[in-house]
Amino acid sequence: MIFGINWYKYASPAAFYPLAGKLTPWFYGLASLLLVAGLYISFAVSPTDFQQGEAYRIIFIHVPAAWMSMFIYLVMAAWAGIGLALNAKLSSMMAQALAPTGALFTVIALATGSLWGKPMWGAWWVWDARLTSELILLFLYIGFIALQAAIDEPRRADRAGALLALVGVVNVPIIYFSVRWWNTLHQGASVSVTTAPKMATIMLTGMLLMALACWMYAVAVVLSRVRIIILERERRADWVKALVEVNQ
Amino acid sequence: MHWQTLSEFFAMGGYAFYVWSSFGLTALLAIWELLSLRYRRRKAFKLIKQQIEMKSIN
Repeated sequence: MIFGINWYKYASPAAFYPLAGKLTPWFYGLASLLLVAGLYISFAVSPTDFQQGEAYRIIFIHVPAAWMSMFIYLVMAAWAGIGLALNAKLSSMMAQALAPTGALFTVIALATGSLWGKPMWGAWWVWDARLTSELILLFLYIGFIALQAAIDEPRRADRAGALLALVGVVNVPIIYFSVRWWNTLHQGASVSVTTAPKMATIMLTGMLLMALACWMYAVAVVLSRVRIIILERERRADWVKALVEVNQ
Repeated sequence: MHWQTLSEFFAMGGYAFYVWSSFGLTALLAIWELLSLRYRRRKAFKLIKQQIEMKSIN
C-alpha cells in the first residue's frame, strides 16, 4: 500500500497542504490521550522517590522536553540540509516550522531543570557542561530563527539558515555525552540504549508516555505551522487564492 | 494512588512550588504556542484575502 503512493507528489506544497491538514487532528488527539495517561502515571501511580521525595516528579516533563529539544534540532537540520542539497522548498519550510517548537522545548528543559536544581543542588543554575551546552542549543535555535527573519528573500534565508543549522549539529552529541565526558553536577543518563534503565519500571513508563505525548504534540504543532508557512510563502499561487476564497 | 488527601497531593511533599511551577510553565508555554499559531493562521488568511480584493479592484 505504501509503495502504491507517489510520495514525490507530496514534495509540492500544494499537495502537502491538504495532507498535513488531514493528519494534524490525529496527532493532536494522540498527544492528548498520551498526555492524560502520562500525567496519571506520573502523579497518581508513581511512588515517592526514596532520595528526592516528590521533587523527582519534575523528571516527567524535564527529560521528555530535553529529549525533544535535541531530537527536533536533528530533524530540523536534516530537513534544512535536504532543502539545501536538493533545492526542495518544502523541506526548508519544514525546518522553519520546527525551529520555534524546538526552541520551546529547550526553554522548558532549561526552566524545569532550574526548578529541579534549586531544591536538589541548592542552585538555580551552574555553568556545568550539560547545562551550558543545552543553553547553546537555545542560542542555535534563536540564531536560526533570527537569521531567517533577517533575510528578505526566502530561498536565500533558507540556505543561510541551513548552513547555521548544519554547523550547529555538532552541539547535539556534546549535550548528550556531556555527562560522560566531563565531571558534571548533572546526573548521568537514567535511560540509555545499551544498559538497563536505572529507574523503576513504573517511573520509566510514565516518562516514556510523557515523551511520546511531547513527540505527538510536536508533530501536530509543526504540521500546523508548516501549513501557515506554506500559505505565507505561496500566497501568490493560484491554488492558495482558490483555497482562501472557498474557505470564506 | 498513594495520596491520602487532596491537600497532600497539592503539597507535593514540600516541593509544591518547584513541581507545580515546572508543569504550570510547560502548560502555559504550550497554550501560548497554540494561540499564537491560531493568530498567525488568521493573519495569513486575511493577508491573502486583501491581496485578492486589491487585484479585483484594479
